Amino acid sequence: MSRELVRIQRENFSINEVVEDVKMASTGIGAVVAFLGAGRDISKGTGITGLDFEHYPGMAEKKLRDIRQRALENFNIVEMAIVHRIGHIDIGEDIVLIAAASAHRNDAFMACEWAITELKRTTPIWKRETTKTGEVWVSETP
Amino acid sequence: MVTVRFFAMLKGLARTESRQYEIKSPIKIEELKKMIKGDFPSLSGVLDSRSVLISVNQEFATRETVVKDGDEVGLLPPFSGG
Repeated sequence: MSRELVRIQRENFSINEVVEDVKMASTGIGAVVAFLGAGRDISKGTGITGLDFEHYPGMAEKKLRDIRQRALENFNIVEMAIVHRIGHIDIGEDIVLIAAASAHRNDAFMACEWAITELKRTTPIWKRETTKTGEVWVSETP
Repeated sequence: MVTVRFFAMLKGLARTESRQYEIKSPIKIEELKKMIKGDFPSLSGVLDSRSVLISVNQEFATRETVVKDGDEVGLLPPFSGG
């Protein structure tokens, strides 16, 4: 398999490919839970026309690899993939995908929820929203 | 030489992506912050707000972390990935 399970990239990703990549880890996988983050057109009541993501090259990838490793250690899952895009994102485009694979669904649900929360908390990636009145860096995400 | 890198909104406030500092001996992060605030008054408020995290060689640092010649320091505003 040539694709990295954890990666940051400018181009869009294929949800199917990422799901297939984690399923390849074992024939004992019975459940894959995926979280997909997409660019929406409104933020705190303000219309958004586009998004831009910046990251700290090296450190951000390291933090994502660390999240995958801790997920594998702390949850009963078989595999996890994390893909995050940087650069310009149009409204409706996909931003981030986390896919957790396990024998049974509950472990994958828990690992996936934990991983996206941890990503937002520990990974040096920043979002800039473009509105009709200008651009603004987002300083917090729910 | 210590390289300080600015990201996201801090890059805009500093109007540059990085700045290098010559240090004669290892210093604590707090000392380096004073030097940065002296160079970039526009960063003074946010650097004091504690919402900005600091990394040394791409690992999170504390106030006590020591910076030495050759290190890379990152000034990291609140994250908003995902």
